[in-house]
Amino acid sequence: MTENPVPSDVVNERSPSLDVDKIRADFPVLQRQVHGKPLVYLDNAATSQKPRIVIDKLSEFYSHYNANVHRGIHALSEEATDAYEEAREKVKDFINAESARNIVYTKGTTESINLVANAWGRKFLEPGNEIVLTYMEHHSNIVPWHIVARDTGAKIRGAELTADGRLDLDSLEDLLNEKTKLVAVTQMSNVLGTINPIRQITEMAKKVNAKVLVDGAQGAAHSPTDVREMGCDFYTFSGHKMCGPTGVGILYGKYDVLDEMDPFLGGGEMIDEVHLDHSTYKEPPWKFEAGTPNIAQAIGLGYAIDYLNNIGMEKILEHESDLMNYTMRRMNYFEDIEVFGPLGKRGGIVSFTMDGTHPHDIATIVDQEGVAIRAGHHCAQPLMRKLGIGSTARISIYFYNTTDEIDIFFQALHKVREIFGNVAERTV
Amino acid sequence: MSLNGLYKEVILDHYRTPRNRGELENPTFQEGGHNPSCGDTLELYVELDENDIVRDVRFDGHGCSISMASSSMMTELIKGKSLDEILELIDIFEGMMHGEAQFPDSDEYLDVASLEGIADFPVRLKCATLAWDSMKRGIEHYRES
Repeated sequence: MTENPVPSDVVNERSPSLDVDKIRADFPVLQRQVHGKPLVYLDNAATSQKPRIVIDKLSEFYSHYNANVHRGIHALSEEATDAYEEAREKVKDFINAESARNIVYTKGTTESINLVANAWGRKFLEPGNEIVLTYMEHHSNIVPWHIVARDTGAKIRGAELTADGRLDLDSLEDLLNEKTKLVAVTQMSNVLGTINPIRQITEMAKKVNAKVLVDGAQGAAHSPTDVREMGCDFYTFSGHKMCGPTGVGILYGKYDVLDEMDPFLGGGEMIDEVHLDHSTYKEPPWKFEAGTPNIAQAIGLGYAIDYLNNIGMEKILEHESDLMNYTMRRMNYFEDIEVFGPLGKRGGIVSFTMDGTHPHDIATIVDQEGVAIRAGHHCAQPLMRKLGIGSTARISIYFYNTTDEIDIFFQALHKVREIFGNVAERTV
Repeated sequence: MSLNGLYKEVILDHYRTPRNRGELENPTFQEGGHNPSCGDTLELYVELDENDIVRDVRFDGHGCSISMASSSMMTELIKGKSLDEILELIDIFEGMMHGEAQFPDSDEYLDVASLEGIADFPVRLKCATLAWDSMKRGIEHYRES
């Protein structure tokens, strides 16, 4: 048996969906070496890499038309404002929102959720109201609700998971009642790769007149997104996980819901009139954009969206699905590996543990082979407690990853076995 | 920077067969520690004699090879030592983690000195220092009470 056995029925062939070699040439960082080995970047759930066009567009902004937006009447300010608002249009089309007025710039998914918790939650939640979460939420879709629940007297409820790591819809159904004011749920688990049936969840929530917030941090980057089809009141995601810069994220909201919310941060640009003792505010989305926004980053996100659209979100989804099938079949080959999450359909994330080896040690050893993976609790402690483990190792793919890279990852896992001395290959 | 400097046989040995693992029923003091960023947890149980010398010590917890081996080595080293001596050892250990100090050249320190390679892996420093930080905090809390 070789060091790195590939089951005979698992064929390493390039996915026909995408010209990945051509795509990889667009990403400067993918050309570099780490510890003397070609970088194999499998930590895309944490952040994605950036194509040359996005990097160049950031530089172009600062080199050619750096100015504040919505303020000056000079040429640079006008150019900057146009580009900033044009990017908002691109975001609107990307998620099929009703209008650009539904699109609020934030600095990321976390801020988007905090905005809703503060600007909607503090205004509308009352003692005894209930916020329904799930046990697979990221801390950023848990902690803001703790804070607003503490201050409003609302209560947090958590929907259970099935044994294979899917959302237990019966448990969710049981939790919904006239006290439920909000259901906040992830589109895709950042640990399990579970994809939640958002449309079904919003239909359930609507029956009790609850609002629905979707954490799309792991969603929008990987598949076509249609907020109107989902039917949610709020959809949140981050630019940096979809080839865009850090520091820019999006809150989509239904317009009437955004309109009745309080402002989040107060300051310049979000106001209509200011007196010393009171002020009036702009209409959404600008009501929520106090201060100088991350202008270059918002514009950069627009170009990241162009880049993704040129490839095609359907093709990206197909490629990642092929790559996951390959990865899962190879994972299941090893008896010393335990994989968490659904066996069937899942997004491009695999959390796993290896017998006798802690996830941190796995991550350190494969890093020396140039393979970047994540180890830890992945900001999902309630889920880890449910799973009865402290941490997992995690690989997460994007459209620029290849089956060859997955092979290198499995080769690197063999180094783990060499050091920790537990070779347990399944014999076929 | 090589894995050989990190995963030495003596470290893997302490990880596979940890010394002083478990609990003490009546510890003089007990101190917990954890790394919020990675989920490692540790509980130290320390029993002192009437002269504040460590008569017995146990540790329990979950973590990577480095944090567990470091805990095992520390518990071996501090048995029979006074709290002041232990604080000096903790200082040396912290210095070693930053490449600024070494344990004396003696058989007693052979195992713990093997952890010096971790200085080359900054992201793993917190794994190595978990037990030592917890012990230091435990001594401070004990002395305050």
